Amino acid sequence: MQTFTMQVFRGQGRQGDFREYKVIADEGMVVLDVIHRIQATQAPDLACRWNCKAGKCGSCSAEVNGKPRLMCMTRMDTFPPGETISVAPIRTFPLIRDLVTDVSYNYVKAKQVPPLRLKPPDPDGKYRMMQEDVDRPQEFHKCIECFLCQDVCHVIRDHEELKPAFSGPRFFIKAAGLDMHPLDTQDRTEWIRSQGGIGLCNITKCCTEVCPEHIHITDNGIIPMKERMADNFDPVVWLLRKFRGGRKEPA
Amino acid sequence: MAKPEYETHEHDVIVIGAGGAGLCAAIAAAEAGVSVGLICKSLLGKAHTVMAEGGIAAAMGNVWPEDNWQVHFRDTMRGGKMLNNWRMAQLHAQEAPDRVLELERFGALFDRTKDGLISQRDFGGHRYARLAHVGDRTGLEMIRTLQYHAIHQGIDVYMECKVERLIKDGDRVTGAFGYWRNTGQFVLFKAKAVVLATGGIGKAWKITSNSWEYTGDGHSAALWAGADLIDMEFVQFHPTGMVWPPSVRGILVTESVRGDGGTLKNKDGERFMFNYIPEFFKGETADNIDEAERWYADKKNNRRTPDLLPRDEVARAINSEVKARRGSPHGGVFLDIFSRRSPDYIRKRLPSMYHQFKELANVDITKEPMEVGPTCHYVMGGVRVEADSTAATVQGLYAAGEVAGGMHGSNRLGGNSLSDLLVFGRRAGMHAALYAKNFGGQLVADSGQVESIARTMLEPFNRSGGENPYAIQADLQETMQTLVGIIRNEAELKEALKRIEVLKERAKKVRVEGGRVYNPGWHVALDLASLLTVAECSALAALERKESRGGHTRDDHPYADDEWGKLNVVLRMRDGRVWVSREPLPEMPPELKVLFQERK
Amino acid sequence: MIERLGRILGNQRGQIVTGQVATVRPPIATPHLRKDAWWALPVTVVIVLGSFIVYSTWAALQNAYYWAPPYLSPFYSPCLSAKCLHVTFGYGLPDLSLPIIGILSPAFLILWGPGLFRLTCYYYRKAYYRSFWLAPPACAVRDVKKGYTGETRFPLIVQNFHRYTWYVAVIFIVLLTWDAILAFRFPAPGGGVKFGIGVGTIVMWINVILLAGYTFSCHSCRHVCGGHVDVFSRAKARYGVWHFFTRLNERHPVFAWLSLFSVGLTDLYIRLVAMGIIRDLRIL
Repeated sequence: MQTFTMQVFRGQGRQGDFREYKVIADEGMVVLDVIHRIQATQAPDLACRWNCKAGKCGSCSAEVNGKPRLMCMTRMDTFPPGETISVAPIRTFPLIRDLVTDVSYNYVKAKQVPPLRLKPPDPDGKYRMMQEDVDRPQEFHKCIECFLCQDVCHVIRDHEELKPAFSGPRFFIKAAGLDMHPLDTQDRTEWIRSQGGIGLCNITKCCTEVCPEHIHITDNGIIPMKERMADNFDPVVWLLRKFRGGRKEPA
Repeated sequence: MAKPEYETHEHDVIVIGAGGAGLCAAIAAAEAGVSVGLICKSLLGKAHTVMAEGGIAAAMGNVWPEDNWQVHFRDTMRGGKMLNNWRMAQLHAQEAPDRVLELERFGALFDRTKDGLISQRDFGGHRYARLAHVGDRTGLEMIRTLQYHAIHQGIDVYMECKVERLIKDGDRVTGAFGYWRNTGQFVLFKAKAVVLATGGIGKAWKITSNSWEYTGDGHSAALWAGADLIDMEFVQFHPTGMVWPPSVRGILVTESVRGDGGTLKNKDGERFMFNYIPEFFKGETADNIDEAERWYADKKNNRRTPDLLPRDEVARAINSEVKARRGSPHGGVFLDIFSRRSPDYIRKRLPSMYHQFKELANVDITKEPMEVGPTCHYVMGGVRVEADSTAATVQGLYAAGEVAGGMHGSNRLGGNSLSDLLVFGRRAGMHAALYAKNFGGQLVADSGQVESIARTMLEPFNRSGGENPYAIQADLQETMQTLVGIIRNEAELKEALKRIEVLKERAKKVRVEGGRVYNPGWHVALDLASLLTVAECSALAALERKESRGGHTRDDHPYADDEWGKLNVVLRMRDGRVWVSREPLPEMPPELKVLFQERK
Repeated sequence: MIERLGRILGNQRGQIVTGQVATVRPPIATPHLRKDAWWALPVTVVIVLGSFIVYSTWAALQNAYYWAPPYLSPFYSPCLSAKCLHVTFGYGLPDLSLPIIGILSPAFLILWGPGLFRLTCYYYRKAYYRSFWLAPPACAVRDVKKGYTGETRFPLIVQNFHRYTWYVAVIFIVLLTWDAILAFRFPAPGGGVKFGIGVGTIVMWINVILLAGYTFSCHSCRHVCGGHVDVFSRAKARYGVWHFFTRLNERHPVFAWLSLFSVGLTDLYIRLVAMGIIRDLRIL
């Protein structure tokens, strides 16, 4: 058992600042437990989102000591004793209250990704896919939509004006997962360039660093999509496609 | 006091809850061509379905061609100790395979068999390996797939919006009233039909795998609107939840650990499940370690290991071991998969379990056993519905998923909940849309009703001095955990009801600080009404049923009673009071009865 | 009236509605709230990459001491001048001396190849965008510059043609392997060629292996060799190749640094031997 000094952001709209709380943490506690303890004992109206408390729903995203993290997966015993721990809302999105921000940006972007369009089934009416075909997109399906990658991505974090032009890492892997879906018939490379704004990404990999699901967002998602996009402008590929037949239909 | 302000939205069908069942219902209703509003308490895609790990039970026969709907039906009924609504169990077993394939067409990527079909895994109580799965994150795959399909179907999604009450016009439900969680402003939904898909009630217990959302909103709203609830005494305690460290106590450890080769052991290393095989399952369960071990490789000629008995049996067994002081250091038992499976296999098949234990408990499950114990997981009871249409006993109201009762009888088999969501979610959406299309007369939502609800909701702000909502919630959870837990008796249940009465009085004096914008203290205070209602219902029904069956164990009535096996406990609210009655189960037709006679 | 996201998006069916659209970000002024030494990594990258650039430019400008028979510095490979003709070919073949080589160091005709490969490499891009561009200096630390266009405009849009520099890099792996083979062939005391192994031989082999590791763990390589396939089960061979390169690709950053050190140190070793400062030890 140990006492921690927590600096928690409190505020609403344009106002707000960090407020200090002293909290006792029991063995095995995570940052979310400490926030709940503050709620139950010191500040009942302290706003924070959470659901599963097991790293599966991606609701409790925040910035702990300046690093985007899930509060439910950040153990208190990873901090040196006596350290003051700051907990801030994910700063890329507008503030609703305290640790809660308005993440509707992500839901708007989600709708813009061209959805799956299936091939017809096999002659017996069944769809068949091999494990090696689904391994790649399955990695992207692990996404819990905590939006930490969206929060940390400097393209929108530091350049608000780029939000309309940029989908963000979450939706690059969404598009990659669809593009690599073995039964899909759509080519999302032109979409990801012109609508998704993948060219704004300078692959500095912070999205991958903060991903709590350890999805290789950059190496397995964004870079392969950049390469697939480059195919469209590659004369060698153009020539090969002339002989071997083109890719899928553009979305 | 000024008239409370609220905004109004109108739809043909509103669906309350955006988990698996809610999304399926919304999709089906939108397909039928009506205007649909989908209301969710959290952000879209965060519903409790993401927590489901193991898989979707469906007799597709991809791994075992012998499997078919009759076998699945029989397993489900036997797992529920024959108390299930037979028609629901039949529809469920028949339609589940199609629903899984539909999910695949929406884009879900299940793990594959060697022939490229959907792979299926073993689970407790299922005769054949039949759970379509994606590692141990099947629920996530399901909700994400449905979510991304739904957003392109013209469904309006109302996020972070909580429904407090249903609105009635005469005898029929015509809408719902609630508030935006992020602004605290009120909102009225006028709708010809309302589908409840609000999930369960697990937050009434202290040790639970359920999130804050599981406060029984749908159960209570239906009850208050005059609908019947059935089987509320049956609460499933999942045998394997985490027990250490204390802050993660209750978090689910998927049954797939046992399905994929994990075994339960007590502190002496004994596989104690062999001592707890009930008469009912003797025929299909191995009674010695050798046969159980052979079963992993050869399922045809051996009976299955008792580690995979239905959940109620395993939970009770663990409970007894711990009581007999044969448990693990932190009051659970050991679940060991590392001695049978390689680290690679474990990491591939159970990635999120590996991750969860590593990060939250500092336990490497590829090298050490897990410590597990029972955790409140699922309520079998719920809104009484008509099997084919999911219509509740009040006109215009439909219910699907955990909030509906009857499908699982007294105990749910693992994997049957996801398939339940798919099958009955779709049925609810279709039938609600049909009802809305034939809706006659004017759609009326009485503003007097609405304003009185709104005033009640604002009262906690106006009190000076009073109760802390978090404290009441914690006291209720403690009460339910100690007095309405896995093992119950009359004295304790009566005591629980007494304490719930006291808590209800305290809840009337609850006070919240701050404003209406995203105020969790207020949200907890508002949830207390439904939480207390479902807690009372559960305790009342448990007191009524004087036998032990499935998810309801009475140490003062330790055996199953054949007479009780023909009865449902029904709860309904009249004149502001909950009334308890016993009503006969629907009778199974002879052609289905035969399925239970063939094999002894 | 409550402001609505739906209104902003236009009033079509199928919107996501929330109670309110917040518009202002949390009022936190500091560029970052990190408490760890986030600056250590970019600083290290600046020092290491900077030193390498300084050293390699100096070495290229030297136009001397790159040939210590039978070792040829990787900065000057392939041999383009008469100064580095190998005993195997009787010191005659191939004489590629061009007029310009007398004036300009051949290194400048060579280094643009591997140089561009590294410059456009996905990993190095990450490293220098962070350390030199400071966009961003570290995760959750604010970009230093205000405007930002990423890789959408010239010249940075050209980064997308990394794969062509990869083709060039593969040629260099062939050339350097050839050099490493020649490094087994020492001039015999009585004329002719004698097989041998010196420390330099081993240095050159380590270098070429690390460089090959770097070149074949490249993201473009992984894409070109199989990553472009959508249904792997219908392209088994390409799947196998992709699978192998994927495993290499996971170690791309490690190869990037190790091969950078090895190429610099190989040049340094040969340079020191050629200058006579150290003596190459013959093992065989």
